[in-house]
Order: sequence, then structure tokens, then C-alpha cells
Amino acid sequence: MRRLFILKFLNNKYLAYCLAGIFLVLSILLGISNGTVSVPILTIIKIISAKVFGFSLLETIDPMYSSIVLNIRLPRVILSGLVGASLAIAGAAFQGLLRNPLADPYTLGVSSGASVGAVLTLFFQLSIPFVGSFTLPLLSILFSFLTIFLVLTFASKIERSMRVETIILTGIIFSSFLGAIISLMIALTGDELRQIIGWLLGSVSMRGWEYIKIILPFFIIGSGLLIFNAKELNAMSFGEERAQHLGVNVQKRKLLILTAGSILTGAAVAVSGTIGFVGLVIPHLSRLLWGPDHRHLLPLSIITGSGFLILADLISRTIISPTELPIGVITALIGAPVFALILLQRKRMERSG
Amino acid sequence: MLDVQQVSGGYSSEAVLKDISFTVEKGELFGILGPNGSGKTTLLKMLSGILPFQEGEIVINGKSLQEYKAKQLAKIIAVLSQHSSQSFSYTVKETVSLGRYAHQKGLFQTWSTADEEVVQKVMNQIGVSRFQNKNIQELSGGEKQRVFLAQALAQEPEILLLDEPTNHLDLSYQKELLDFLKQWTSENGLTVISIFHDLNLAGLYCDRLLLLENGRINIDQIPNEVLREERIRDVYHTDIQKHPHPKVAAPQMVLLPKRNCEVVNFNIDETRLHISEEWIELTTPIPLRTMSSGVIGSGTGWHQIFVNRHVHKDYSCSNHRAEMASFLKSKGFEPSETVGMMTAVVLEDVVYKRFIEEEFSIFVVVTAGVGNAIDASKGEQHSFEMTPGTINTWVFVTGELTEEAFIQSIMTATEAKVKALNDLKVKDEVTGTIASGTSTDSILIAATQTGAVLEFAGTITPLGKLIGKAVYLCTTEAIQKSSKRKRK
Repeated sequence: MRRLFILKFLNNKYLAYCLAGIFLVLSILLGISNGTVSVPILTIIKIISAKVFGFSLLETIDPMYSSIVLNIRLPRVILSGLVGASLAIAGAAFQGLLRNPLADPYTLGVSSGASVGAVLTLFFQLSIPFVGSFTLPLLSILFSFLTIFLVLTFASKIERSMRVETIILTGIIFSSFLGAIISLMIALTGDELRQIIGWLLGSVSMRGWEYIKIILPFFIIGSGLLIFNAKELNAMSFGEERAQHLGVNVQKRKLLILTAGSILTGAAVAVSGTIGFVGLVIPHLSRLLWGPDHRHLLPLSIITGSGFLILADLISRTIISPTELPIGVITALIGAPVFALILLQRKRMERSG
Repeated sequence: MLDVQQVSGGYSSEAVLKDISFTVEKGELFGILGPNGSGKTTLLKMLSGILPFQEGEIVINGKSLQEYKAKQLAKIIAVLSQHSSQSFSYTVKETVSLGRYAHQKGLFQTWSTADEEVVQKVMNQIGVSRFQNKNIQELSGGEKQRVFLAQALAQEPEILLLDEPTNHLDLSYQKELLDFLKQWTSENGLTVISIFHDLNLAGLYCDRLLLLENGRINIDQIPNEVLREERIRDVYHTDIQKHPHPKVAAPQMVLLPKRNCEVVNFNIDETRLHISEEWIELTTPIPLRTMSSGVIGSGTGWHQIFVNRHVHKDYSCSNHRAEMASFLKSKGFEPSETVGMMTAVVLEDVVYKRFIEEEFSIFVVVTAGVGNAIDASKGEQHSFEMTPGTINTWVFVTGELTEEAFIQSIMTATEAKVKALNDLKVKDEVTGTIASGTSTDSILIAATQTGAVLEFAGTITPLGKLIGKAVYLCTTEAIQKSSKRKRK
């Protein structure tokens, strides 16, 4: 009986990964195939496998297709995938750590913090010696780290128990403040206004392989750190004291998780601007479908998060083609109602006891 | 096992706890008591390593608390908090499994078969395995608390710390939880240190109690010593009375509520007495403290209605208590508020007298029949036979009697009754000697518990004098009346 159950349980987890994987692959193929020029899916597969395995099949394929796929669509899809994955796993981690299903880099104000770092770098043409193109993500990460600490310190000053609503409110206050700073900086510099506003609303267009190189190492470090702390996140989602009683070194782990979350958010914002609600919607959905165990929730959030953002990007550039919508518009259109729903559900649960 | 040495400290600069020292032995169930703000939770947090302390030392198994790493400590100490937050819908099994965190080794901390065994064993013992795949947010408060207890026990701790574990739990869960903990301490050598709000529960289950007062130890002793009326009254600043538990040797404290209503001034006299052919009834506006040997409402208690029922002299019933209760109900008396007696004597022959002293008064009601008179010193010559012929004595006192006074009142009233029988030369028909009473005599002492405090009721105390006189006179007259009727 129990063996059967365990078998079923395992199957369930495999099923979860399979479903998420299929969703990701489909999103990738759709994302590459659709656009002003439609590329047949079979062709995409041929081009990519030729590139990956070094076949020289390219002569049978229209070079325009392969150029579109390899130089425009594929990097765009990969970049949006990486950004989506980073934001989703960071959101899942913040939620677990703060025991707050409404936490996400955007609602916590971390994204705004990272934006300030990025805007500072862009407009003052800052460049840290030896790191070159990594100056942008590094400063974004630094600023997101500072922001999350300020937000949490402030929230705990308001109320020791740090209720869900208190943290969110603090995040909103910080977001507005940081947003004002960004506006101020833009106003003071004057030029490139349109571009920066587009960037602020979030976009993954015309970034190319260069940006993938920027985000990839941070994505690997950040999500690696979080996945290694999945059990601790499980314990901490029962409260920090409880976690300590269970044997978790709370101070150290908390710092690690906050750092990892900041790395992921900072890097994602550096390459794509502020894209809201991905870190809210995806972990929530994954938890609903497959349960709250962070050992599975984190990887599953990575997979579904990247698929989700690829689709969101696809919609943003096709829905009123040829004009492109900022991708943040799409995610906010989906995310804000979900946020409201979660809030309602929580309140209802509290009332029913 | 656990040794706390001169620990002082608290949240901020001002120390909540001052100079706390005590030791707890393996297998003890150790209770921490104290009023709100006395530092109970602070102490528990220090013991669990959550809160640093400024001075002193806590030594566990010969090693200082600070030297333990979080994981090592979690293998020795587990904590069950008052309430745990659960923001996400983990299953019961996932929750319990987290208890194994400290035991898992290696970078990937793989789940071993030993871990699985421990988790299954604990879930079975606590009785949560049947809903192990249920979502913990769907459970009731009591069930949740059990799940977290299972989680704590899955840590396989040597010491279990509990912060008011029975808070929010209904009675049956409270008992279940504490019975279980008690069993674990004796069977598995688990040491349990628990904060209690409920002094009675602490008195029932703990081996030793630590009473905190303003961050200092008031006393660290066995429950009977700690739960003393004066001590608890001083520490908790509240009126409280100690009582022995009716079934087990454990002290119990009861609260004394403030009496808001003015003390009702009333007399107990013949105007309250209603005599009919079927029964004599006396009702008082407030319940009286009673000690009696009636058919209904016997022992000690609080009663408001007093009924002496006439039954035919051939009355016999296999369950006379139930029959009496249904009789009372049928006449509109609530049995739980009533002291009920039976007699075969014609109720017209009742004798009552009221005597008034300066500060108190008594009212005595007697019905007496001596057809069944017996010499108590020769009781063994009688076969067990229920024959009617009973002396029922009611003594009402307007005053506050101590337990002692109640018992002495019974003694005095009995002695007076014996004397009456003696003076009337009532004979035991079997032995031919002078009888001391009948085989079915009943007595009731009822006091208003307001007004003058009457500490004693021995034969030469003010109360005893009155009772002795009244009972003697009433009994004599009542016996004379009923014998006259017989002779007719």
C-alpha cells in the first residue's frame, strides 16, 4: 500500500517536471516561430540542432530564417527565459523566507532599487575597473541588496511580527520613493528619455547575446544558492524561531537567501528593466499545482517562470504589431489581478480561522 | 541534564530575568509558572537558544548552551510553541519530516530510511498518520498542535520545551496531550519543561514546579509545596482557595469570584417552611453550603431547596436515588439544587425551633420516628434490614462555617440526638439496651456562608451550644409527638 503510494507520489513529481518542461519547450518554439516573419517550427528545430550539433544542414534552409532565428529570436527568447526564471525563483524564495505569498521582487521594492543602480550606471556612464560590462548588473545587485535590507529593517521597526501587509506596504513606499529618484535623474539628464522609459517598463528586445552573457553567471550563482537552501526555506516558512528550533542557522541562511534573491533580481533588472509580478504569479501557481515544498517549488518556478515570460514577450510584440508593448505591461495585466485574488483569499482564510 | 546557573537577561538593557538558577533531571516533567510578565516565555526562549542572556550560564549535558551549533542543539532540544504560523499549505507528513532536518547529513541532505521510520513511528504514536497527506491548513487547532508535537518529537530530542501547550485546546485535547507527555517522560526518559497558565493542570501533571515572580524565582519545589494558597495569592494577587483533587493526590486551586451582589440579608425560619402531607420543603433565596447524608445532594455541595419527603412505611425501591430524583422533578424541584431526605413519619409531627445569637442564628427542623431504634454499640446484633423509623435532622446556620465547623456541627448534633434518646429511654428492641439512633438517620448542616465567621462548632462553642440545645429539644419533642400518635 505504502509502496504504491510512494510510487504514485514520485510519478506525481515527475509528472510535474514533465508538464513544466513541455510548457517551456512549447513556449520557446512559439516564441521563436512567431513574429513579423513566421518561421515554421520544424525549421527552427533543424536550425537549432544544426547549430548545436555542428551539422551543416544550413544550405537546405533559407539563410534569412537562420539569421532571424539565431541572431534575433533565439537570444531574445533565451534572455526573456532567463529573466523570467530569475524573477520567479527569487519571488519563490522571498515568499518562503518572509512567509508571505504576496512578496516578490517587484512588490518588495527590490526591482526599483535595482533600477536605481542601473539608471545610475547608464546615465553617469559608470564603469568599475576590471569588470567592464558587468558594472551594470553588479551595481543593480548592490542596490537591490541595499533595498531589501532597508525594506525589511523598516518593516520590522513598524511591527516586530512583520505581517504580510506591513511588508508589502513598506515595499510600496520604497518603490514610490525610488521611482521618484529615477524620474528625477532622468529629468536632470534630459536626453534619451523615450529609451529609458521603455527600459523602465521592462523589455527584452534588441538585447542580443551580449546580455545573455551578462545575466547567465548571476542566474547560475543565484539559483544554485537558493536550491541548496531549499530545505532551510521549508523550515523558515514556518517562522524563523521554529526554523531555529529545527536546527537551521537562521541568521546565516537568511543572509544567503536574501543575497541570492538580490543577485537574481539585480541581474534581471540590469538586462531587462523592471518587469513586475512574475515572481508573484509563478510561485503562487506552482504552489497551487504542485505543493509548497521548496525542493521542488524552486526548480519548477524556474521552468514555468521562463516559459511564462517568453509567452508574455511573444504577446507583447505581436498583439498590436508592428508596435511593441513593453513586456511589463503584459505581466502587470496578468499579475495585478492575481495579487488581488491572493489577498482576498488570505483574508477569507483568516476570517474562517 | 539541564543546569541553569545565575542567569540574568532580557530583551533590552533592563533585565527581565534576574539571577535564575535551577536544574532539571532527565525524565522530569518540569513546570514553569508565574503571572503574566513574570518572565516565563523569556526563560523558555533562553533555554531554547533563541534569546541571548547577559549573565550566567546554561549547561546542557555538561556543555554550555552557546557552544552548541544550531543543528547539534536541535538534536537535544525541541520546542513546541503556543501557536505556529503556517503560511503555506504543507502536508502533515512534509511538516513532520522537517523535524528530521538536524539529523540529515551531507551536502544534499538525503532522506534516509531511518528518517522515514522515525517520522512514521512518531506520526503513529501521536495519532496523526491517518491524515498525513492532508493539508495542515485544513486541520483544527488541536490537530495542528499534534502535528507540531510530532514534528518536535521527530527531532528525537532529549529535552522538550513547551510554551503553554494546552492553550487554545479544548479539554479532551489538553488531557490527551499531557497524558501523552507524562507517558513519554516515564517510558522514553524524555525531559519536558513546560510553561503552564493553568495551575491545576500543572499541579496534576508536573513532578516539580518553578514559580517565577517579577523575573525571580519564588520557589522551585514539588507541586504541593508550590501551590499553597498564601503563596499563589501573593504572587498572582488574587483570591484563591486550595482543594484536594477528589481522585488523585494533587493540589487544585479554585478562583474566588468577587461577589458583586450585596449580601442578601435573610432569615431562615418557619416562614420559609412549607409542610404538606407529602413533603416538608424549605427554600432559600441563595444556595447554602451543605454537608449532608440525604438521599439526594449528599456529601458537600451548594443547595437551595431542602425536601423531607414522606414515604409509606413499606416503601422499597431498588434504586431509591433515581426514584427520589424523579419524584423531585415531578414536584418541580431541580434535583441538582436539592437536598432530599425520606421519612415514614407523619409530617405533621415535625418540630422546628429557631435560636438567635448576637451574630448568627440557627434553625433546626427534626422529624423523628424511633420504631427502628438501634444501639450503635450493638449494631452487629442486627441483620441488615431497611425498616422505616428515621430521625431526620436539618440544621440551618446563618453564618460562615469552616470545614471544621461543619464536621463539628454534625458531631454536636449527633451527640444531642443520642442524649435525647437516652433521656427518653428509647430502647433498642433487639438488644433491650438504650438506643442511640435509628439505622437510617440523616443529617443536614446548611450554612449561608455570609455574615459572622464561625470557626468551630464543638459543644461549648457559641454555635455548638446552640446546635446542641436546639437539636436536643427538637428531637425530644418530635419523638414524643410520634410516640403519642402511635399509642393512639
